[in-house]
Amino acid sequence: MNPEQQSRRKAMADYLKSYSGRPLRLMEVCGTHTSMLYRTGVRALLPNEINMLSGPGCPVCVTPTNYIDKLVEYSFKANTCVLSFGDMLSVPGSETSLLGARARGGHVDFFYAPEQALDRAEKEPETTFILAAVGFETTAPVWVSVVDAVLKRKLRNVKLLTALKTMPFAMDTLCATGKIDGFLCPGHVAVIIGSEAFRPLAEKWGRPMVVGGFTAELLLAALARLVHESSCGRGGLWNEYPSYVRPEGNQKAQAAIARVFQPGNACWRGLGVLRCSGLYLRGKYAQLDAGSYGLDDDHLPDGCRCGDVLTGDINPRQCPFFNQKCTPDHPIGACMVSSEGACRIYCVEGEISK
Amino acid sequence: MKIELRHGAGGVDTSRLIKNIFARHFHSPVLDRMEDGAVLPRPEGDIVLTTDSFVVQPLEFAGGDIGRLSVCGTVNDLSCMGAQPRYLTAAFILEEGLEADLLERIVASMAHTADEAGVQIVAGDTKVVEGNGGMFINTAGCGVRPAGRDVSSANLKPGDQLILSGTLGDHHGTILSARMNLASSLKSDCAPLTGMVEKLFSGHIDVHTIRDVTRGGLATVLCELAEASGCSAELDEEALPVSEGVRALCGILGLDPLTMGNEGKLLIAVPEPDAARALQIVKSAPYGENAAVIGEVKPGKGVALKTSVGSMRTVSPLRGEGLPRIC
Repeated sequence: MNPEQQSRRKAMADYLKSYSGRPLRLMEVCGTHTSMLYRTGVRALLPNEINMLSGPGCPVCVTPTNYIDKLVEYSFKANTCVLSFGDMLSVPGSETSLLGARARGGHVDFFYAPEQALDRAEKEPETTFILAAVGFETTAPVWVSVVDAVLKRKLRNVKLLTALKTMPFAMDTLCATGKIDGFLCPGHVAVIIGSEAFRPLAEKWGRPMVVGGFTAELLLAALARLVHESSCGRGGLWNEYPSYVRPEGNQKAQAAIARVFQPGNACWRGLGVLRCSGLYLRGKYAQLDAGSYGLDDDHLPDGCRCGDVLTGDINPRQCPFFNQKCTPDHPIGACMVSSEGACRIYCVEGEISK
Repeated sequence: MKIELRHGAGGVDTSRLIKNIFARHFHSPVLDRMEDGAVLPRPEGDIVLTTDSFVVQPLEFAGGDIGRLSVCGTVNDLSCMGAQPRYLTAAFILEEGLEADLLERIVASMAHTADEAGVQIVAGDTKVVEGNGGMFINTAGCGVRPAGRDVSSANLKPGDQLILSGTLGDHHGTILSARMNLASSLKSDCAPLTGMVEKLFSGHIDVHTIRDVTRGGLATVLCELAEASGCSAELDEEALPVSEGVRALCGILGLDPLTMGNEGKLLIAVPEPDAARALQIVKSAPYGENAAVIGEVKPGKGVALKTSVGSMRTVSPLRGEGLPRIC
């Protein structure tokens, strides 16, 4: 780092450390931001007046229980195997998690990259593979390429159970509560959909929306901007991650998503069913769908407050189960399971001063 | 040729496999006798014995393979105890369908790595099981610890300087990239570190603790050492060596280099007056060119990291599975 960058970084850190204006409630929407705010030490710099809330930006955490239940059900069907990213396996359903199902004889396995699932499907033509397609705009292009590959390789034994979601609708609902002064917009999602996708929200609700990256420098820059604009009560859009995020985003990826998926209602833990906030396979690809519509039922385990954590109404520490009944080793709620879940991050990454 | 169950049946096919692959590459007068056990001369010093099993997937990766790994892992464990590695045993569990060419490459790589580390492979075993062409290796290692070498995980003392012998996360990043089909320039750091350790002792460094920073990464290893020694440790984020490739991968996947596994890195604790000289020795040893002093032992409990923005954070051991089948 050159001296100029160093002094700029110090100035931003000092600005945040010494902030003493009106108390701010700011939300980092993305789970990776929650993690990196801690890991870079940026969160520890913030005074009491700057309250960072974790949002609904962990795909596993916002997935309703009956999506898990449906996967569990599939795992017990004859000649059927459920394949998922590893994070999903421990998320509790209403009866059991996928790992629980596996221990009872259900057919469940995980993959690092969905393409591996296709190789396996080719080798085992007698088995139907149900792929748990979970994620946001960031992951949707991966699923597009999976769909294309399934068709190209003429695999008849692969289906997708989708729980793909789009972020701006969830942020709109959070804005409507009026409880949040400004947003650190999800950087990875913005790479795909573009920074301009957040402008309508900024204008509709008069809140600052700052697109930020994930290193210490980028987080300092984004937060300094967000704190400054929120404290002045100024709404608007700022892109503090311009090296990766273009105003218009990745149009090729957007076109691919639109070719394969169509918007539909989706259920978010903590937020309920939000209009047009999900992505579902279009008619031409519908034969690959494993029954993804209408999975709108979400019941949390008794006393679990993941829903309130995901909307920023409480921070993980305020949940009575946090690090008591609900721990990374014995999670009760999804936010303690996923590596992007706020509760797990707060717990595993150690002491956070706020 | 593919390995079949008959190759593990103990008959003619097993003998041929041993002769054509194992005996061709593992040259040792002890092994060549083909007895049921190795008879070894009585050493001067304490005997240190260790064992480790290797299940890494994929079997070959940039910078190494399961064979090289199976030698390095065991040899490095001996070195971390202050022992000079002397002998290895090697037991193979092969899955049917394994390509014999692949097996031979792995065995040749083991032989080459054993030569590099100065150890002899003196006994072995081969079994074949049903499966999909995979393989597993167990190695046991025997080393000799000269009198006067007192290294232990419980030996950290406040004031000790912590030296890391190179960059963090290379092996982990390599294996993960391979599994995710990511194009990557990363190479595993898998290497025998016997030479580095011996240079420290022959340079009369008062080494308190040496640990190889394998599964669980630096965070886990240092938390264990601090607890065993009843001390705390403070790391300096800006001093931690991390390659650009690993940094980029961490940026994409949200990984922390502190909890990523390595297969050729040592964490060395030495008293402050010896630190500069110890660092020079490590840097001049093979595989040590990126070594750095990364922190200090303090009184108290736990491990803390001084972040690049000037705040402190707690460093916790890895939780959960991390990356299965990394070594």
